[in-house]
Amino acid sequence: MASETTAPGIRVIPAPVSDGSLWGFSRPQRVALIVMLVFLGVAPFAGLYPVFLMKLLCFGLFACAFNLLIGYVGLLSFGHAAYFGMGGYIAGHAAKVMGVPPELAILLGGAVGAALGAVFGWVAIRRQGIYFAMITLALSQLVYFVCVQAPFTGGEDGIQAIPRGKLFGMFDLSADLSMYWVVAAVFVIGFLLVHRIVHSPFGMVMKAIKENEPRATSLGYRTDDYKLLAFILSAGLAGVAGATKSLVFGIATLTDVHWSMSGEVVLMTLVGGLGTVFGPVIGAAVIVTMQNYLAEWGAWVTVIQGGIFVACVLAFRRGIVGEIGALLKVKL
Amino acid sequence: MDELFGIPLPLLFGQLLLGLINGAFYAMLSLGLAVIFGLLNVINFTHGAQFMMGAFAAWMLLNWFGVNYWFALILVPIIIGATGIVLEKLMISRLYKLDHLYGLLLTFGIGLVIEGVFRNEFGSSGLPYRIPPELSGAWDLGFMFMPVYRGWVVVFAAAVCLATWLVIEKTRLGANLRAATENPALVQAFGINVPRMVTLTYGAGVALAALGGVLAAPIYSVNPQMGSNLIIVVFAVVVIGGMGSILGSVITGFGLGIIEGLTKVFYPEASATVIFVIMIIVLLARPAGLFGRTA
Amino acid sequence: MTTTRRTILAGAAGTAALGGLPFRSARAQAANTIRIGVLNDQSGTYRDISGPYGVECTRQAVQEFGNQGFNVEVIVADHQNRPDVGVNIARQWYDQGVDLVLDVPTSSVGLAVNTVAREKNKAYINTGSATSDLTGTACSPNTIHWMYDTYMLAKSTGGAMVRAGGDSWFFITADYAFGHALERDTSTFVRNAGGRVLGSVKYPFPATSDFSSFLVQAQASRAKVIGLANAGADTINSVKQAAEFGITRRGVKLAALLMFLPDVHALGLQTAQGLILTESFYWDLNDRTRAVTTRLQPRLRDIKPNMASIANYSAALHYLKAIKDMGITASKLSGIEVINRMKAMPCDDDAFGAGTIRPDGRKLCPSYLFEVKTPAESRAPWDYYKLVQTTPAEEAFRPLAEGNCPLVRS
Repeated sequence: MASETTAPGIRVIPAPVSDGSLWGFSRPQRVALIVMLVFLGVAPFAGLYPVFLMKLLCFGLFACAFNLLIGYVGLLSFGHAAYFGMGGYIAGHAAKVMGVPPELAILLGGAVGAALGAVFGWVAIRRQGIYFAMITLALSQLVYFVCVQAPFTGGEDGIQAIPRGKLFGMFDLSADLSMYWVVAAVFVIGFLLVHRIVHSPFGMVMKAIKENEPRATSLGYRTDDYKLLAFILSAGLAGVAGATKSLVFGIATLTDVHWSMSGEVVLMTLVGGLGTVFGPVIGAAVIVTMQNYLAEWGAWVTVIQGGIFVACVLAFRRGIVGEIGALLKVKL
Repeated sequence: MDELFGIPLPLLFGQLLLGLINGAFYAMLSLGLAVIFGLLNVINFTHGAQFMMGAFAAWMLLNWFGVNYWFALILVPIIIGATGIVLEKLMISRLYKLDHLYGLLLTFGIGLVIEGVFRNEFGSSGLPYRIPPELSGAWDLGFMFMPVYRGWVVVFAAAVCLATWLVIEKTRLGANLRAATENPALVQAFGINVPRMVTLTYGAGVALAALGGVLAAPIYSVNPQMGSNLIIVVFAVVVIGGMGSILGSVITGFGLGIIEGLTKVFYPEASATVIFVIMIIVLLARPAGLFGRTA
Repeated sequence: MTTTRRTILAGAAGTAALGGLPFRSARAQAANTIRIGVLNDQSGTYRDISGPYGVECTRQAVQEFGNQGFNVEVIVADHQNRPDVGVNIARQWYDQGVDLVLDVPTSSVGLAVNTVAREKNKAYINTGSATSDLTGTACSPNTIHWMYDTYMLAKSTGGAMVRAGGDSWFFITADYAFGHALERDTSTFVRNAGGRVLGSVKYPFPATSDFSSFLVQAQASRAKVIGLANAGADTINSVKQAAEFGITRRGVKLAALLMFLPDVHALGLQTAQGLILTESFYWDLNDRTRAVTTRLQPRLRDIKPNMASIANYSAALHYLKAIKDMGITASKLSGIEVINRMKAMPCDDDAFGAGTIRPDGRKLCPSYLFEVKTPAESRAPWDYYKLVQTTPAEEAFRPLAEGNCPLVRS
């Protein structure tokens, strides 16, 4: 697979003229980034519940991974739960049964997500648009059925009591706050990685494909290779997010591979703003917070989520961050 | 030889018949999706919810208004089809100028809302709907009972599919429809009201889903989740068949029903996954689907 | 019926909004208040089994217990059958002064909350999960498993059914851990009682809604009993389609290994007649069950309680008695001590009668094998069951030594 992606069809484009930006962050984005980092540093001491914050960060990373595909390549995957959930299962299994340390478990989860993404992506990129969405949905359903039946996932019970273990064999993560710093670090690294990918020459080609695929093809790019690589990266990051989440909660269950999880990550990204840098994070924060507060409202949760979906598509297609950006006339 | 791979032949035959019944539902639902997609370029994610609404509407008509199955068969598609028309006018029509993916996201959201509302109103353990007395009972085939109602489902669904095909392929209305699929601007120039045609087409597609729901009500438990479980399989059916051809989606639906039925006999553990596996194989061999035109 | 459900839910949600927003700290005046958090499914598959009705049963227990020197508050949340949501709520509840988490259906959530309760040293009573791991390998000094588990269901339905004449079986099994456990355990009891298992078919869960193919295969095996090792909508669909295919009319018995009164109600007697199932409670079983049902009726409106919803009544009542016995101040210090006190006291209530709690956290009560009445036999609304066999409390559950519970090994 690696040899294919560095095939001669891929050309290096000169990086865009530097405007003094760091890693491609524009000035307003840099401000937003600093705000976000400060928030991450302060939040656990400001009375916010660490486990809740960690959940938020895991979903934030998941949404960023998803946004890499939809926002920058224009591919709507409706099956990202497969990589997220499988990452969680693998990390949980590795940490609990094989006693793997947490950093390796997370990487392993990411690797399995990427591998699964490579296979599914290879099948799915044969079709475009809504077919692509339906195929990814069907493939993730396949994964769901495998997870229900496979012995190592524990079926409906899931993998329970996954130990958080010791980071690098030294730092005990069982306290919520120490785990929080690890999760925050994973999130920031993932977030910056997505941003780096988007602003690399590779990312430029991705955007070219999104704008007009035939034109990108006619310029000599093997668009399928680019799409596949983007898919693998996205799936791998989703796997990392899922793996981290399973360590945070100590459980890995079927919820995370179910198609409604795929729908949720679409919703998060849509609410925050498709193709924006900070949108997925904000979207994840909004949806996760909402689920927490709406827990008392029972069945209305799905109704409200569906309503937000409809409202976003009809009226706020730019999402929260996109709208704010438009208001301030900056790209966030 | 009265056995095949250790399964008595009559039993195998019976299982084929049962597979055909599930195929009838796949065919009707994928037909509705194909009709809608053909003209609107929208993949209707609400389809499963509308199928479920059809079953519930039949139940409501019977229990609240005393309207029996036969009238429900006519009334429900009209009622639910009308809700589809409202939906198209109010919401979906706003998205035609945008990327098709927004249509998918919108209908997905609407599906969530509908499912949630029904779960609030009716709970989730399901409601009973009796088989109409005219169709109750069963033929004793010796090795098994074949319920009369199941036979009715296959015959009726096949007739509906055939009728839909005839309308689209053999009538003037259908000719306009096909023309509008190819080039809406040109058809509009000929003085045909294309937006109205689009609206009615969506209504017709929804009516097909609702009709499927009425047919399903006496067999399956009428519950809010009944549609969402089915719709993903139907999506796979649609990918396998390709949405370019009406007849193609019908044949694929029935065919996959039979294949699934056979899997239930020989290797039941895989009967849920077999359609997805076939989808992968078809995509590798013929990316446009069995009956699809290459884009 | 629809208005009833809505009113109950709205009532539950309203009270919860006042008292139990997850982020709202309620440490004030907590010292003299016992807070019971009912965490269950208010919106999904298991809603009608317990959900808002389980909440009402808990409230009834609180009302009957009365004010014995401390206040009792019931708060509610919906875990949406999602373990991460359940864990989040349970953690926040425990951190914010909730003393007991109750109900918790769905095994994945039930087991996950089990871990949280132990970590926080709080009390946890599960009445809604079927997994026998809660009193087995996952047993905890902070947890009591109050109601049914897969072992108890299998023993009653498998063993007692053979004694009642159903000695050859065919299983239709949901292909996942729960279904496998039910089939394996039931097969063992069928064989031990002298019966035979003629075959089984595993179908994919949860993708199957058409069971006709499997029912025909089951019928072809000529077994006397078809065991449905599944739950919820799957069981309902299997029963419905079995009636359609005339399976029961040919004298074959259908045994649902996990089914509740509301499921029978949803099916209707016409379809469900002759069905065999196991519950630990039936409202019309004796004078005491009728009495408690009458008291509950204003809260449940036109719904009758089943073993899962009324277990919350029984558990909450016993819990409050233990709190009174040890004193509220002592009870706040350690969840283990509360659970130990509950184990030390004999239980007695109208729903399940006299009973005890074993060291591994298993509450013991008899299990009953019921047959669903025919429409002709049923004289009143909800007059659904007739008793076939009773398994006494001491024999109904997995023996203490076989569970591999670490608490009893020493």
